[in-house]
Amino acid sequence: MKGYRILHKEAISDVTKLIVVEAPHVARNAKAGQFVIIRIDEKGERIPLTIADYDKDEGSITMIFQEVGKTTTQLGSLKVGDIILNITGPLGHPSEIQNYGSVICVGGGVGIAPIYPIARALKEAGNHVISIIGARTRSLIFWEEKLKAVSDELVVCTDDGSYGRKCLVTEPLKEILSDTKRTISRVWAIGPAIMMKFVASTTEPFKIPTIVSLNTIMIDGTGMCGGCRVSLKEGAKFVCVDGPEFDAHTIDWELLLRRLSYYRDEETYSLQRYKHKCNLDNL
Amino acid sequence: MSNLTKKQRMEIKRQVMPVQDPKTRIKNFEEVALGYNEETAILEAQRCLQCKKPLCVEACPVGVRIPQFIKALREKDFTLAVQEMKIKNNLPAICGRVCPQETQCEGSCIMGKHSSPVAIGRLERYIGDYELAHRTCPLQKTTSTGKKVAVVGSGPSGLTCAVDLGRFGHSVTIFESLHVAGGVLVYGIPEFRLPKRVVHSEVAYAMDCLGIEIKTDHVIGRTLTLKDLTDEFDAVFIGSGAGLPQFLRISGINLNGVMSANEFLTRVNLMMGYLFPEYDTPVKVGKRVAVIGAGNVAMDAARCSLRLQSILYDSPCEVYIIYRRSRQEVPARQEEVHHAEEEGIVFHYLTNPVEILGGNNGEVKAIRCIRMELGEPDNTGRKKPIPIPNTEFEIEVDTVIVALGTSPNPLIFIGADELQRTRHGTVVADPLTGKTSLQKVWAGGDVVTGAATVISAMGAGKRSAEDIHRYLIG
Ligand SMILES: Cc1cc2nc3c(=O)[nH]c(=O)nc-3n(C[C@H](O)[C@H](O)[C@H](O)COP(=O)(O)OP(=O)(O)OC[C@H]3O[C@@H](n4cnc5c(N)ncnc54)[C@H](O)[C@@H]3O)c2cc1C
Ligand SMILES: Cc1cc2nc3c(=O)[nH]c(=O)nc-3n(C[C@H](O)[C@H](O)[C@H](O)COP(=O)(O)OP(=O)(O)OC[C@H]3O[C@@H](n4cnc5c(N)ncnc54)[C@H](O)[C@@H]3O)c2cc1C
Ligand code: SF4
Ligand code: SF4
Ligand code: FES
Repeated sequence: MKGYRILHKEAISDVTKLIVVEAPHVARNAKAGQFVIIRIDEKGERIPLTIADYDKDEGSITMIFQEVGKTTTQLGSLKVGDIILNITGPLGHPSEIQNYGSVICVGGGVGIAPIYPIARALKEAGNHVISIIGARTRSLIFWEEKLKAVSDELVVCTDDGSYGRKCLVTEPLKEILSDTKRTISRVWAIGPAIMMKFVASTTEPFKIPTIVSLNTIMIDGTGMCGGCRVSLKEGAKFVCVDGPEFDAHTIDWELLLRRLSYYRDEETYSLQRYKHKCNLDNL
Repeated sequence: MSNLTKKQRMEIKRQVMPVQDPKTRIKNFEEVALGYNEETAILEAQRCLQCKKPLCVEACPVGVRIPQFIKALREKDFTLAVQEMKIKNNLPAICGRVCPQETQCEGSCIMGKHSSPVAIGRLERYIGDYELAHRTCPLQKTTSTGKKVAVVGSGPSGLTCAVDLGRFGHSVTIFESLHVAGGVLVYGIPEFRLPKRVVHSEVAYAMDCLGIEIKTDHVIGRTLTLKDLTDEFDAVFIGSGAGLPQFLRISGINLNGVMSANEFLTRVNLMMGYLFPEYDTPVKVGKRVAVIGAGNVAMDAARCSLRLQSILYDSPCEVYIIYRRSRQEVPARQEEVHHAEEEGIVFHYLTNPVEILGGNNGEVKAIRCIRMELGEPDNTGRKKPIPIPNTEFEIEVDTVIVALGTSPNPLIFIGADELQRTRHGTVVADPLTGKTSLQKVWAGGDVVTGAATVISAMGAGKRSAEDIHRYLIG
């Protein structure tokens, strides 16, 4: 059968799933920071997911996703052996990894997954890596041990204080940046757009280059539709081909957030309809 | 009726194409033009004067054997008609529907001087549909040559090139970045002009008869590079089209509700957004839509908008075409403009947008335009539109679709710096053979010419296939 087989699946939290999928054409050239576009079945939409890890020998890629809407919920319901009809990639530019000195990696929510390979690569390149991870509540925190293993320092926080520090990720970030004994050369942040926006405004006064990975709405992922465009100081760019990583201080965040919510009514409707159908099927 | 005199032939009126009623068709995505039946097709075919020096053939970019296929058709030898057609054109069901006949074959038909031209396109479609239903003219492979060719892109240029190479006995693999084959034929041109089943059937048929392999989900430049292909294959044809949308540089262009025609048409056609929520991809269109531009792409976007509106809203809606030149300069196919007018699309000619205005919610509220007049012809020979000072005005809209042309997508050129390109981003290729500056690499279609036509892309694919064949067996 045409498509790509799920080889392995794990629940990382209640709403966060990890799948390993056979996709040798993607694994062959994949690098940290790149993504794929998947379409589950004939009626499915095309959605972007980061390549969280890859195994060239096995010809597989790992994706970690949060069940936020119809497509990710449906994806989460698939089992080992099931088929994803289309996977295109690797897309976008890989992360630029060098020895910068001391760096901070901020991962929020499902953004913890894509920040991990970046932290690992930065560590391997000789950087002093400080990682800050955060989520709404304890059950959404994952990969603490993995991040600890590739970080020189690790801070964990939750919005509700159920685990680690009770604060937003920007609080420890600001403390570290304010510490005059330290020189931070670069910050990476991946997470919900609103978190990345606040990370950007936190680092801006310190004039520290800050890289974010944008999660705009996409269709083709190849520069053909312009639906993913983002407004930067130097003009509009397409996230799928020019990104997904950008200098956080040049982004028009208000516009980005508004564009992300443009289809909210349709998305909500689609999810409700899907859940309703699943409930009926289970009767 | 086979022995009519010339006079009698000239007295037959051009047969009317049956169409769906405009009031009905704006509520569905089904085909607008319904096609001739056998009787009208034969009657129309009787009008052809079988010219000794057929001007129509000269005006067809691939030189379809028009008098020959029409003669076979009116003698009811449909199999022969298909054979005659396929000597030059593999995809008559597609070209018959989408060629701009009025500027090509029909534009030069001698009958046009007398009354109206022979409806060559409609006859071509008739033959094409006959072949789709009966498959009388199988694609045949000669003995295998053992040579391997990669084709990038599955639009009309790539498909044509692949089919011809397959017939010559080469083993062909098509690499396509999207999840289905067909290029603009599936993601751009809407169902009501070119039903997807026509394209899918042609693709499946080519795969079955010739063993052509299609690898979808492969973006050349990312999944594999051009270099990977030249390393693995004996020759490579690039038919990756001109899919990169242009946006206007005016304020408000990134507001919610402003999109490229490519995005809109992709959501509607490729992702079947008009069947949301049964299909997962949503597509939004407001009650007042402005489409900027007046080419085929603009007409398609406008007419899709109209149809979506009738699905989404009960109250009256409007769709505007905003075009900076006048009716005479409209580049779209005549038939589409005519259909668009019938369907109630409002045309603002000699009008150019200067700004898109947003409301409190960050969504489009209006488009500010300025009136234009036509000045002296520019270097392309077209009259240059000039803004008339102090004529700015606003049109209230909630959706703006930009259909201002496209250029080649540069992704494929990653890691292929040696491939010579023009400053417009198109590939430099020999017009007769499609040969590029890179060894083993040919190119054709929109990626070479910039956005053009289906038939010119097919012609380019055909010429390259011949040259690649010469190279491989030479
Ligand atoms: C380059 C890139 C990489 C990505 N990588 C990952 C990843 O590794 N793991 C992962 O879980 N997600 C990732 N995303 C986001 C992911 O694509 C969306 O979560 C997904 O499209 C949602 O689809 P859905 O149908 O399930 O939800 P929808 O029905 O589309 O959306 C449900 C809700 O989520 C919100 N939403 C929709 N899209 C996004 C988005 N892009 N970002 C934030 N909120 C959104 C909507 O506003 C809505 O409220 C990535 C996005 C991009 C652009
Ligand atoms: C909405 C619309 C309406 C039109 N209407 C008409 C009409 O009525 N009549 C007419 O004659 N012409 C029309 N045209 C123009 C016509 O469709 C094109 O000129 C023609 O399709 C060009 O064919 P092509 O093979 O060069 O490229 P395309 O049809 O563009 O096909 C290129 C293919 O290559 C793929 N591709 C691109 N980059 C890569 C890559 N890096 N790796 C792998 N694959 C890649 C694309 O996904 C695509 O499938 C219309 C165009 C549009 C957009
Ligand atoms: S291919 Fe197009 S231009 Fe040529 S004869 Fe057919 S309809 Fe006319
Ligand atoms: S020019 Fe017109 S009349 Fe003459 S052969 Fe062509 S179609 Fe027939
Ligand atoms: S997703 Fe279509 S251009 Fe980026």
